[in-house]
Amino acid sequence: MAAGVAAWLPFARAAAIGWMPVANCPMPLAPTEKNKRQDELIILNVSGRRFQTWRTTLERYPDTLLGSTEKEFFFNEDTKEYFFDRDPEVFRCILNFYRTGKLHYPRYECISAYDEELAFYGILPEIIGDCCYEEYKDRKRENAERLMDDNDSENNQEGSMPSLSFRQTMWRAFENPHTSTLALVFYYVTGFFIAVSVITNVVETVPCGTVPGSKELPCGERYAVAFFCLDTACVMIFTVEYLLRLFAAPSRYRFIRSVMSIIDVVAIMPYYIGLVMTNNEDVSGAFVTLRVFRVFRIFKFSRHSQGLRILGYTLKSCASELGFLLFSLTMAIIIFATVMFYAEKGSSASKFTSIPASFWYTIVTMTTLGYGDMVPKTIAGKIFGSICSLSGVLVIALPVPVIVSNFSRIYHQNQRADKRRAQKKARLARIRVAKTGSSNAYLHSKRNGLLNEALELPGSTEEEQHMTKGTSLIESQHHHLLHCLEKTTGLSYLVDDPLLSVRTSTIKNHEFIDEQLFEQNCLEGSMQNYPSSRSPSLASARGLGTSCCSRRHKKSTHLPNSSVPATRLRSMQELSTIHIQCSEQPSLSASRSSLNMKADDGLRPNCKGAQITTAIISIPTPPALTPEAESRPGPGSPATNAPGAAASVVKVSAL
Amino acid sequence: MERTSLHNDSLLYASLIAILLLISYWFTTRCFKIISGIEDSVEDEFELSTVCHRPEGLEQLQEQTKFTRKELQVLYRGFKNECPSGIVNEENFKQIYSQFFPQGDSSTYATFLFNAFDTDHDGSVSFEDFVSGLSTILRGTIDDRLNWAFNLYDLNKDGCITKEEMLDIMKSIYDMMGKYTYPAMREEAPREHVENFFQKMDRNKDGVVTIEEFLESCQKDENIMRSMQLFDSVI
Repeated sequence: MAAGVAAWLPFARAAAIGWMPVANCPMPLAPTEKNKRQDELIILNVSGRRFQTWRTTLERYPDTLLGSTEKEFFFNEDTKEYFFDRDPEVFRCILNFYRTGKLHYPRYECISAYDEELAFYGILPEIIGDCCYEEYKDRKRENAERLMDDNDSENNQEGSMPSLSFRQTMWRAFENPHTSTLALVFYYVTGFFIAVSVITNVVETVPCGTVPGSKELPCGERYAVAFFCLDTACVMIFTVEYLLRLFAAPSRYRFIRSVMSIIDVVAIMPYYIGLVMTNNEDVSGAFVTLRVFRVFRIFKFSRHSQGLRILGYTLKSCASELGFLLFSLTMAIIIFATVMFYAEKGSSASKFTSIPASFWYTIVTMTTLGYGDMVPKTIAGKIFGSICSLSGVLVIALPVPVIVSNFSRIYHQNQRADKRRAQKKARLARIRVAKTGSSNAYLHSKRNGLLNEALELPGSTEEEQHMTKGTSLIESQHHHLLHCLEKTTGLSYLVDDPLLSVRTSTIKNHEFIDEQLFEQNCLEGSMQNYPSSRSPSLASARGLGTSCCSRRHKKSTHLPNSSVPATRLRSMQELSTIHIQCSEQPSLSASRSSLNMKADDGLRPNCKGAQITTAIISIPTPPALTPEAESRPGPGSPATNAPGAAASVVKVSAL
Repeated sequence: MERTSLHNDSLLYASLIAILLLISYWFTTRCFKIISGIEDSVEDEFELSTVCHRPEGLEQLQEQTKFTRKELQVLYRGFKNECPSGIVNEENFKQIYSQFFPQGDSSTYATFLFNAFDTDHDGSVSFEDFVSGLSTILRGTIDDRLNWAFNLYDLNKDGCITKEEMLDIMKSIYDMMGKYTYPAMREEAPREHVENFFQKMDRNKDGVVTIEEFLESCQKDENIMRSMQLFDSVI
């Protein structure tokens, strides 16, 4: 429930008037407001700038510094205000969070300063609203990269590296040539040989002057031996390099599949194939074709050039745009080629012999090359030819700058769309977990509530205070509302969504039902999270109070083993069903710090409420301090139940 | 021969030109439509949000309702926080109400509530409507409250509750529980509940419950009377 909506709770409770006349069962008692304080303004002095707000505004998030009693440490008796020696600019955002329920990240703020402030005030950064979340994450990532870079350079300077294996050192040397002199030498040598190889390929074909008595030869054939030696040397170097990389690669399979390794292979294969094949006339044609692949050696330069790599990557990411351009071009080409063919069909000795033959004309005209080898002769052909060249200008010249600007726009947009999709999933998960959080909270406090009702009658006020200390008034009122709804319909809430509970790995509540029956029936699959904290030896089924509404549930719960470890907050749920029995319960330290300890849960921490219940507002409050309840011996016999609360009160029997 | 072929050719060319022109015309008009369509919707949305409403003064509200000044202040602050424009329309209302019932679907019941609060039936609930409804429920006599509940149930405001109306209300209440309940909600549960209700309330067994029957039966039922008293302590 969002913070602001808490103010509408009286309305929601009033709206329950519609349920009362149709309810079959009597309604549970409303939580009374003990120590109802008039809402007061409190003054927060942050480095001299005074902020004022209602006390209840701050108490919306009891798990933060300002919402809990931790702020009392900062209370200044002389000036009767809370003084914080922190940044007032960031405090503005934080206070707005209490007011609106949304935490914003101001763009001008430094990310690490902001994080520190959030940590100080006990607010988790994950609850930053979606409007600012992307920006926050971007900045955080940049910062992390910067830190990593700093660390790396520190490491390099210190020279104290953890001892890597020889293989790892080699891989590092290959990937980052600046790590050692040897790597640098290797880098330059390979670069040199790539250049030599490419130049050789090019020069090979240049006509080199005549041998007397025959026609002009290309250099490759005149100095065949020299070129062959050069080629061999280059291929040797490339082969050695490839094999070394293969040896050093951390994941050989992945390395083999990578683009660079394919280029390497393609670059050196022709030579070996040429070696293997004899000078057969038949296959020499194919062999010549293979030599074309030697030009791929030039792509090996991409290891040496950052720019080439970026270009390749951006082309890859803009493939769809380029594809669309090609597609529209193709469409236009086909249309105009067809038109030109039929237009020129009548004229004699026309070069437009078929539609595919007209393709060439269309392409040349549309790209405004205009070789002039194919020219329309009929008037209609000339008309359409001119339309073709005009539209060519439009079709090609216009999209190109658009595509160029699309590069950066689409690239960033894709990234944002992916981020948003991930965010959306995370946000839906958050919402769902918040829902289960609030319903868990409700179920949890229902137990406490019933406990409370049982106690209330014979109990004293201080006991009540102990019991409800953990839940705020708003929560207890909300739970009372949900309880009334249950009573009206005669049904009771379960934890939502078996899928969700598995995914978020929260513990399942035992519901207020016959556990054994239910387990057997429905929720066997989803209860699997819970096995470890239940002892199969628990057998005592207690016959609890019957409910009304024409049905008698046998409500039973398990007596928890005393071996339930108390430090695991997961067992909180278990403990909540501990009745007012004498059971030795190790005391729980349900402090705020322990809440923060559960970082391993994989839940968005905002929704720790799912674990700890009592969170309407999706930030958990300290769980109800049930240890106090447990340590008390049971109030004894059910006979103390006053007649008024007859049907809905848990009858506790001390076994 | 040449003339006929020329004639044929020119027909062909003319048709080709016509087709090309048609295609280009269609493209341009589509683009215009898309662009203008977007602008239109933006303008529409802009207009709606500028409607604003201010309630009457605090003193007048104090006279009209049974709340104290402080209570009215607190109520208004909460109201204005969620609805800065000063009025709630049905969508907002449903959204606010659904936040209290995370598991079920409370939109139908919220619609009934909205119609009950919106006493002047203008499609929006202003702060005066809101507060006068709350005043009846939270500060009124038990008879007032029962009257208000009757008004809620009577969907078409004709003075009597039929079984169909009651069934709608009952279904909406059961909807709020959601799917995951124990015991699992059966299809006939609302209907049975309605039958129970009518058995209790409908004295002359004529199939409708009038306001007198309703009041009479409720006053006889101790559970209902006691639950009506719950509302004393809400604010």
